[in-house]
Amino acid sequence: MTLLNVNNIEVIYNDVILVLKGMSLSVEEGQIVSLLGANGAGKTTTLKAISGLLNTEEGEVTDGVIEFEGEPIHHLDPEEIVRRGIFQVMEGRRVFEDLNVEENLVAAGHLQKSRKKIKERQELVFSYFPRIKERRNVLAGYLSGGEQQMLVIGRALMAQPKLMLLDEPSLGLSPLLVGEIFHIIKQINEEQRTTILLVEQNARLALTISDYGYIMENGRIVLDDTVERLRDNEDVKRFYLGLTEVGTKRSYRDVKHYKRRKRWLT
Amino acid sequence: MSSELLHFLQLVVTGLVIGSVYALVALGFVLIYKATSVINFAQGEFVLVGAYICLDVIVRFQIPFVWAFCLTLGFSVLLGLLVERLMLRPLIGEPIITVIMVTIGLATVLKSIVTLFWGTQIRVFPQIFPQEPLEFHGIVVSEVYLWTFGFALLFMAVFALFFKYSRAGIAMRATAADQQVAQSMGISVKRIFAISWCIAAVVSGVGGILIGNINGINITLADFGLKVFPAVILGGLDSIIGAIIGGLTVGILENLMGGYLDMYFGGGVKEVAPFFVLVVILMIKPYGLFGTVEIERV
Ligand SMILES: Nc1ncnc2c1ncn2[C@@H]1O[C@H](COP(=O)(O)OP(=O)(O)OP(=O)(O)O)[C@@H](O)[C@H]1O
Ligand SMILES: [Mg+2]
Repeated sequence: MTLLNVNNIEVIYNDVILVLKGMSLSVEEGQIVSLLGANGAGKTTTLKAISGLLNTEEGEVTDGVIEFEGEPIHHLDPEEIVRRGIFQVMEGRRVFEDLNVEENLVAAGHLQKSRKKIKERQELVFSYFPRIKERRNVLAGYLSGGEQQMLVIGRALMAQPKLMLLDEPSLGLSPLLVGEIFHIIKQINEEQRTTILLVEQNARLALTISDYGYIMENGRIVLDDTVERLRDNEDVKRFYLGLTEVGTKRSYRDVKHYKRRKRWLT
Repeated sequence: MSSELLHFLQLVVTGLVIGSVYALVALGFVLIYKATSVINFAQGEFVLVGAYICLDVIVRFQIPFVWAFCLTLGFSVLLGLLVERLMLRPLIGEPIITVIMVTIGLATVLKSIVTLFWGTQIRVFPQIFPQEPLEFHGIVVSEVYLWTFGFALLFMAVFALFFKYSRAGIAMRATAADQQVAQSMGISVKRIFAISWCIAAVVSGVGGILIGNINGINITLADFGLKVFPAVILGGLDSIIGAIIGGLTVGILENLMGGYLDMYFGGGVKEVAPFFVLVVILMIKPYGLFGTVEIERV
């Protein structure tokens, strides 16, 4: 069943800056779907359009529809959208620095009915991230980057969402830790039946845990397919997996250079 | 105990009591600032209105103080809600200076309403707490001071616990820390703003009643709100603990300076002292003693 359907939306910031132009994607229930693309492509904007947070920063969906479980949600408040089961984990590990770990989790469970339920969810979070359990009374601002990333994913678990939107969970973390966190994301997807829309720069890793992938450029989707087929696609290999035909690694600089010459839609 | 020391301690103790009321009102001010980034210039008028409402219902309806007190709390909640809903909410997203001007306007309006209903002469509360002086090792405190101090501490403790442990309190701190992230969790920022204004009106109302019991009330009680500025700036505008410590400190300092310097200046030092302190603080510690320090991760 299609859980989320973004259909041909247009997003404008400050009434003038057109950022998304005919952006469409859909997410099937139970899947992990990756949304890949270069800096500034509009990935974060897409997530904010879905979660309604766009309204908090002068952005607006001016055309198209976003449907969740078959109902249009693009005109709803972020609060109402969370209530319906969509939870966005924002880019850049936005923990509440002067609240401790537990308080961060309690805040994230704001819409849960009872304290008992909050306790239950908290135990679940700690079972996925034992490391932050040890630090439950520490101010979130003092956690390491990796622990903070675990905390923000943990916060999403508190709300028990049907759809989790993850914005670059690998940002600024060591490769080892990224591997660990991606493994847990996959586990959450399988064990909690949480559908996940994952935005990533680390395309290689994202594609290993996803079922389906979208590639975005300049505010629209330029390519989408199952991950198996995406991994075999020559362009994807070159531009997003950093591989040339012979399989050698290319530097990011080269990729950038290439990108300027070859656009997806030409 | 030497009489010098006794005099000093006497000044400290009475200063501490008045300071506890500053602290309570300052708590409300900081709360609004933290949650909504609004500097509320009408905080003193909330104090004024609370005191008059309580006095009026006691006198008019001849009901016991406890009931009048509760009624005033209820009224303050309503006042907070109304002000937030009618004046502040429509201004969300407007430049901060506009919002500040509106709170100044609100202050004037509230003061005019009070004058309209109750005139300007001093009114005294019917005696509620005994005025009997009590003596501890030579320090004399009238009982009403002890009650005042007790009440102020009680209310601060209640709010401290509320912020630390209740879900609503945690949501309020979360909103103060990062509004957008709070919204992403389904926390209603509008509701948090409303609660902040309610609490601010309530603590101010309580402060007004407490001070009114000691000094009697007239329109100048609103100036009490001005004294809150040195308190919160001393503590750092966005720190609740800072507001409390700032309030206590200002209370003690003004009493000490009044007690020792009045004879040289022919009175009035007490009124100026907090602002003198304010200027000094701003020169040496512009962010206050407890103002936001970004956490540096190690
Ligand atoms: N609040 C805003 N106001 C105006 N323009 C914005 C705003 N947020 C983003 N933009 C612009 O929208 C475009 C897309 O930004 P977006 O953050 O969605 O990209 P992204 O794909 O997430 O990039 P990155 O990988 O760097 O996070 C950029 O050109 C950006 O400058
Ligand atoms: Mg982004």
